[in-house]
Amino acid sequence: MSESYLIKGADLLGAGRQDVLVDDGVITEVGRVTAKGATVIDADGLVALPGLVDLHTHLREPGREDAETVATGSAAAAAGGYTAILAMANTSPVTDTAEAAERVFDLGRARGLVDVQPIGAVSKGLAGEELAELGLMARSRAAVRVFSDDGHCVHDARLMRRALEYVKAFGGVVSQHAQEPRLADKSACCHEGELSGRLGLPGWPGVAEEVIVARDVMLARHTGSRVHVAHVSTAGSVEVIRWAKSQGIAVTAEVTPHHLMLDTTKLTSYDPTYKVNPPLRPAEDIAELRKALADGTIDAVATDHAPHARHDKEHAFAEAAFGMLGLEQALQVVNTVMVQPGLLTWAQVAEVMSVTPARIAGLTGHGRPLEAGEPANLTLIDPAATVTVDGAASHSLSRNNPWHDMTLTGAVQTTLLRGRPTLLDQEVSQ
Amino acid sequence: MKHLLSAADLSRDEAEQILATAAQMHDVQRREVKKLPVLRGRTVVNLFFEDSTRTRSSFEIAGKWLSADVINVSAKGSSVSKGESLRDTVMTVAAMGVDALVIRHHASGAPSQVTQWVDAAVVNAGDGTHEHPTQALLDAYTMRSKLGDLAGRRVGIIGDLTHSRVVRSNLILLRTLGAEVTLVAPPTLMPSGIADWAGAAGFSYSYDFDEVLPELDAAMMLRVQKERMTGGFFPTPREYTVGYGLTRERLRALPEHAVICHPGPMNRGLEITADAADEARSLILDQVSAGVAVRMSVLYHLLGGAEQA
Ligand SMILES: [Zn+2]
Repeated sequence: MSESYLIKGADLLGAGRQDVLVDDGVITEVGRVTAKGATVIDADGLVALPGLVDLHTHLREPGREDAETVATGSAAAAAGGYTAILAMANTSPVTDTAEAAERVFDLGRARGLVDVQPIGAVSKGLAGEELAELGLMARSRAAVRVFSDDGHCVHDARLMRRALEYVKAFGGVVSQHAQEPRLADKSACCHEGELSGRLGLPGWPGVAEEVIVARDVMLARHTGSRVHVAHVSTAGSVEVIRWAKSQGIAVTAEVTPHHLMLDTTKLTSYDPTYKVNPPLRPAEDIAELRKALADGTIDAVATDHAPHARHDKEHAFAEAAFGMLGLEQALQVVNTVMVQPGLLTWAQVAEVMSVTPARIAGLTGHGRPLEAGEPANLTLIDPAATVTVDGAASHSLSRNNPWHDMTLTGAVQTTLLRGRPTLLDQEVSQ
Repeated sequence: MKHLLSAADLSRDEAEQILATAAQMHDVQRREVKKLPVLRGRTVVNLFFEDSTRTRSSFEIAGKWLSADVINVSAKGSSVSKGESLRDTVMTVAAMGVDALVIRHHASGAPSQVTQWVDAAVVNAGDGTHEHPTQALLDAYTMRSKLGDLAGRRVGIIGDLTHSRVVRSNLILLRTLGAEVTLVAPPTLMPSGIADWAGAAGFSYSYDFDEVLPELDAAMMLRVQKERMTGGFFPTPREYTVGYGLTRERLRALPEHAVICHPGPMNRGLEITADAADEARSLILDQVSAGVAVRMSVLYHLLGGAEQA
């Protein structure tokens, strides 16, 4: 028994109205299609994109299932239009073995709302001292290709060099959380500048990111390997990445929705919802990040979705946990700050939120063109809807939503994973 | 005024009123029977997440002399490490029925965060490297007792400005009262973005103490904490003293009418020589005694004592 859906009248990547017939997990026809017993999904006025791929999701399972589980994070992802997410390794225990990676992978498949692809730790226990079993994770059922100590910077230059060399054997990539710990230590929580001076919050200077990005692109050049810069947040980092690309160095970079939209002035309230690492930056950086995403210097949008239980945020700002939610509003934010102002077309959104992230992560079944014969991973967004975000209505177990009460443009309507709706008319499938 | 979280919460009128009431309270302090009945039946909790005997006892005496019930709660150490959130700690205290919460916290912004959770009036008794508004009030009170109206007076604040909560409150309050302020420190101890901040807030800053010194009506010396000496903020204590200490030579260059303040505790010989600290124009002990009067005044204004009187 095959399941078929006929998506009627979708605006395909913003390039015009088409019908899309999906049968048995595969796109079978695009064009003018008549329903032949297929369930019709009315997509009038909706834009169709390949299913989104998030390079940077924190699921808290194992270890902090009170903040998020693979299942709840998957639901949030489906609600945001994602069909695949990469789960960061900083769980407890850390994803630094083949077994740990396979466990996360299996939990994702069991829930079945998105493909959950584990990221492996670069170093054992994220301690930054010895390489984790990168090769065993790569050879595991989870076929890990992205490695990151995210949450921590791989700051030892020699360890970073070895990691970059080692992952070449299986086409892996190292995703770096760029934060020179001597320039921005654990207490650093506010962009260093006039505001941090005035608020008396420990400064996190942009240069702490930039020196690591600069070092890592040189190491990538030396080793001939691929480096990926997680959550780029400053104009200076953009400058370095632009230069590195002009030299043919294999560097890719991601930017988060919050760094594209929210600036450092949010911190004047000392509201820990806005405490994130790297910190929110000034408007000048935001303008550069948008430009860099538009011109391809930054390759991808990644959420850095970081759920936290309420009691981990209800501390004094400097002592609250770092991180904010991202999966459910990412596409709306990109629509609001990039598409509506004319900085990105929908075809480019498909590139930065699906095609390129899938390529960076080595996921061959995602980020594919919406054509006959391709896997039916796709998402439908109503680009004109005006939505006031209700953080309490989240599918995530956590409520640290920086967009709560803000008005964004666009609503994710429907998501299909291999031909089955995981989100249908804004309802997540059970 | 519902809370006193920042010196910026005070308009010029409000600041003048608090200082005027403080003067009356100061007179009461000199009486044999010091108690005023104005806050009878009111409860003030000193919630201290960080030790500060001086500030805590000052608030405690202030509350008691106004006949309030004063309770000291020490929540020392990081609440994070105890597994209890700031909100939980504060809600537990507030549940006892509290009219005013005097909060000292090692993290900037904590008292203002607390105002989201409780109905009580909140007084910031020092938060991280942010503010300490009652210290600024008592500094202003003390300086006025010697210099008169501060409008147009030049006040230098010298020392570890980055890590000082005193400087931020003083800067704001002194500007509110019409004084000219110059911050002096080596670049490593200047708050970040000082140029933008100074431009917006209308004060000046300098890396050269000797250039500023002859113009001052008041020199407020700030403590340089021991851990800064290993943090690479300056090469040696000797070099710091030569550049930024109130040395005997600088004492001579300071105009004769100028006063000397220090919020304490002092590192004698580092930021201030013993001579300077003990000089007649040093107001350091006056600052301590003004502390109680100023805090009486603040509690009185916050808890609506004004209406009852
Ligand atoms: Zn990170």
